[in-house]
Amino acid sequence: MSVSIAGIGMHPFGRTEGVSGMQQGVVAVRAALRDAGLTWDDVDFAAGGSEAAGNPDTMVSALGLTGIPFINVKNGCATGGSALTVAAAAIESGQAEVAVALGFDKHPRGAFNEDPARWGLPEWYGRTGMMLTTQFFAMKIQRYMHDYGISDAALAKVAVKAFENGALNENAWRRAPLTEAEVAGSRMINHPLTQYMYCSPGEGAVAVVLRRTSQGAASREVKLASVAFRTRRFGSFEVFSPHLAAERVDGPTVDAAAACFEAAGIDPADVDLAQVQDTESGAEIMHMAETGLCAHGDQEKLIADGSTRIDGSLPINTDGGCLANGEPVGASGLRQVYENVLQLRGDAGPRQVPGSPKVAFTHVYGAPGVSACTLLTV
Amino acid sequence: MQAVSVVGDDLRETSDGPRLVGGRCRACGAVAFPRPASCARCTGSDVDEHLLADRGSLWTFTVQNFLPKAPYDGWAEFTPYGVGYVELDGEVLVESRLLASSAAGLRIGAAVHLVVEEYGADASGTPLTTFAFAVDGAPA
Ligand SMILES: [Zn+2]
Repeated sequence: MSVSIAGIGMHPFGRTEGVSGMQQGVVAVRAALRDAGLTWDDVDFAAGGSEAAGNPDTMVSALGLTGIPFINVKNGCATGGSALTVAAAAIESGQAEVAVALGFDKHPRGAFNEDPARWGLPEWYGRTGMMLTTQFFAMKIQRYMHDYGISDAALAKVAVKAFENGALNENAWRRAPLTEAEVAGSRMINHPLTQYMYCSPGEGAVAVVLRRTSQGAASREVKLASVAFRTRRFGSFEVFSPHLAAERVDGPTVDAAAACFEAAGIDPADVDLAQVQDTESGAEIMHMAETGLCAHGDQEKLIADGSTRIDGSLPINTDGGCLANGEPVGASGLRQVYENVLQLRGDAGPRQVPGSPKVAFTHVYGAPGVSACTLLTV
Repeated sequence: MQAVSVVGDDLRETSDGPRLVGGRCRACGAVAFPRPASCARCTGSDVDEHLLADRGSLWTFTVQNFLPKAPYDGWAEFTPYGVGYVELDGEVLVESRLLASSAAGLRIGAAVHLVVEEYGADASGTPLTTFAFAVDGAPA
């Protein structure tokens, strides 16, 4: 690809009373433009996503009525990946020189409630209490632990790391470290996962300004090496599935990650740090292997020996991930990109990955079985 | 009071007890539940009715420990319940409530059988029923 990240902007995650999701989005876009040294007049194209906080394209009334194409995207937790895919494609195809990808959201407290009809499911699926994403992740990790020997302690350690990293992130929501015993001993939500092993729906916004990579770009300019988006194939194990086929195939995470690495010509072993979807602790563990960053079953050792911590050999979710930042669905994917840009620029402050990282990976996964991945390089 | 099944045509009472009503693709044989209009495997549009096996083994599970939001309409006095995927006849895995209020009696590979469960009641007090799987030999 010939696309660079010219600027990044964020509205802090968490709860901001009195500020709408869309207003948080405007804050993020303005910050990203400032970071890029550009103004909204310089933007040729925008793609934005929000699950529950309004139509992103209406933001132009705050940002400027410049007449540019502004595409709304909506793919659950993978929405940020969709926005980036569309914005990068606009540059690659020659439609735009400068494009903005943005995401924002603002969710009420508590678990999401879903309308079965919106997902093409029978009414009884919701009425009888099976339409909960938290159950899916619990059932997936339950099977995974059985197949690959992952322990309950590993689940708790993932959350401990997330809150440790969140404590170093001024934009994170949950900034208080917790002990392994506190995580393991918190209220059981969906066996084997406890309260502090799950992320919560939250608020926040992120924007990224993309620009065509110029000849003689600055040496620390962050480049978008690839972005890949995939939906599920027949036989994969996905959220909101009243049945699963008898045959099993790899899920969209495996497909999107493989496509992303192939398009960039980068080997997973070359990744210096990664942000992966951690809707709950188990998701981080499974996604580490599904994305190719490690072999299935190796997570137990990698987590126990600290390899996934900021100073480890494979730092994962260095900004605290969804666990510490909460999940504003539309903004989560771009939060990962924001973090990786900071890390590659060397601007991540107290949570900076040592050794001047050069290759950073992101991964999101969402209902009804979609995944998007990116590779950023310097 | 006569209980009302919320599952409609997807569950049928037969002379051999309750059975889930799935679909089987005439072209490729893929089994799905509920019976779909077309096959997700080969996109064929001839999907015949297919009664699923009423016994299987537990493929994975969890326990729901908090009261779900609407449209959940189970007992207001919340009791935890199991949810899992049950492998039936090597044909298909079905997601189902499990008769269990904790993880203690649940394990992957356990033999389970289909039952009808009262999971709540409507405003007039009429019991609502759905399908569930119970671990063989477990106390009801
Ligand atoms: Zn078929």
